[in-house]
Amino acid sequence: MKSVAQKLDIISIRNQFPILHQEVNGKPLVYFDNAATTQKPKSVIDALVKYYSTDNANIHRAAHTLAARSTDMFEDTRKTIQTFINAKEAEECIFTKGVTESINLVAQTWGRKFLQAGDEVIITTMEHHSNIVPWQMICEEKGAILKVIPINEAGELLMDEYEKLLSLKTKMVACVWVSNALGTINPVKEIIQKAHAVGAKVLLDGAQACSHLEVDVQDLDCDFLAVSSHKLYGPTGVGVLYGKRELLEAMPPYQGGGEMIKEVSFEKTTYNEIPYKFEAGTPNIGDVIAFKYALDFVNETGKENIAAYENALLKHCLEGLEQINKSTNQQIIQLVGTAKQKVSVQSFVINGMHHFDAGMMLDAKGIAVRTGHHCTQPLMNRLGLDGTIRASFSVYNTLEEVDVFLEAVKKLVTLSNQSTHS
Amino acid sequence: MQKNITDIQNEIIENFELFDGDMESILFYLMDLGKKLPAMPEAHKTEDFIVKGCQSKVWVYPSFMDGKVIFEADSNTEITKGLVSLLVQVWSNQTPDNILNSELFFIEKIGMSRMIGSQRSNGFTNMIKQIKMYALAYKASGN
Repeated sequence: MKSVAQKLDIISIRNQFPILHQEVNGKPLVYFDNAATTQKPKSVIDALVKYYSTDNANIHRAAHTLAARSTDMFEDTRKTIQTFINAKEAEECIFTKGVTESINLVAQTWGRKFLQAGDEVIITTMEHHSNIVPWQMICEEKGAILKVIPINEAGELLMDEYEKLLSLKTKMVACVWVSNALGTINPVKEIIQKAHAVGAKVLLDGAQACSHLEVDVQDLDCDFLAVSSHKLYGPTGVGVLYGKRELLEAMPPYQGGGEMIKEVSFEKTTYNEIPYKFEAGTPNIGDVIAFKYALDFVNETGKENIAAYENALLKHCLEGLEQINKSTNQQIIQLVGTAKQKVSVQSFVINGMHHFDAGMMLDAKGIAVRTGHHCTQPLMNRLGLDGTIRASFSVYNTLEEVDVFLEAVKKLVTLSNQSTHS
Repeated sequence: MQKNITDIQNEIIENFELFDGDMESILFYLMDLGKKLPAMPEAHKTEDFIVKGCQSKVWVYPSFMDGKVIFEADSNTEITKGLVSLLVQVWSNQTPDNILNSELFFIEKIGMSRMIGSQRSNGFTNMIKQIKMYALAYKASGN
């Protein structure tokens, strides 16, 4: 822990996040809902203010100075995300409004063109609804079949079962890289290799992974990767779809409008090149520009440092939760998601206490966690739960905050014990 | 004689003011109130009487006696049950007209307004709508 802490000056990192320095319900805010969205460093907030104060203009169109400036900054973010995920070309990075739109884009364009009746799409049990519903929709439209990779009790994919599902009928494997509800890191490289061996394409939902893990789309050899800005210290309303050039070029446009066209006449329209073919209409310019500063923050802090520090927070939390169970001589706290490979997310339930009550009680102490099904209802059904309490840690959280959280959980356990025995 | 709906709400607000905004104490108080809610017969906890909401399950069962609507309620979460008990306190044993003409103002005053609006995980707005719908149905049927 010391070596990790030495590498990162957490106090100076915290000072870059203005939102953290406030009280909620009379207590210092402890923000452990980072898997839902991360907070934004001042550089991102300042970039937004600067853009609207000095640079605002529509991009890729006008000849004036402001337009040139905003276009340059917009395209600069594209180059930064290209480097961040190690894409071969910046044109392979399409701006969307988020992971959900990125996945829908692939399902609606690639899916509509390449899926046929009887084809199969494979997803996993731990998908977020946003990587289930788009595939259900296109499968229903095309008469294709959706198959699901099962998991074990720890929340890990059963890779043997995955292999059994794969066949020449498999056309797409759409898989979450890191589970939002459990924190499980899936063996995506192996998943991709096996999918490619039967000629299937692979889309990775990178919503949770990109803020914790090194991303190298060329090394992974994934066909598509969906990235979220707001889970990566950037503004909401921005996402990226990475796709291999030949795939993006073969796909029809997603939406019609400005920017995505080459020539328009009433008889026929020809489409622009990638990435613009998929970026119809005025994009979310200000937020895309500010997103670059979020990526800079991660690059400057260092992914490896971030991951090591977050893992230390997770370990401290896990030890504390286990200690509470030991001190009560009961397994009142049931950990949900105990995969060997995990990011800094811990779901759990307190037996005898509804997660909603737990969430409200923690909020009363200024602690923000997520409670509920985390938009993964099929996963919750598989685990026999209607929801969990989820604490998710980020690089600006501290061990002291974890202690405050553990103390609060301990009180909840006592409360639960009292009501169970009364 | 049952007190009027405005007076009941004002009394609730006064009780909550004692906590001086201390959210933890408010939640404990709500949970206590929930425990005091008369037990709802299991037979009444059917799909027909469930209020749709993502995180918590809430049942509201109406009956009509001597021109007044009587509500039974329950929830699988203690805090929500406390809030529901307040709705029962305000609206049960009132005439359909009184229920339909009343405005609910105590929720915001006791610091629970977040329960009503934006939180998609809670069916509290639906709960209020459902109670008013029952009142309307009894008014329309005239019995």
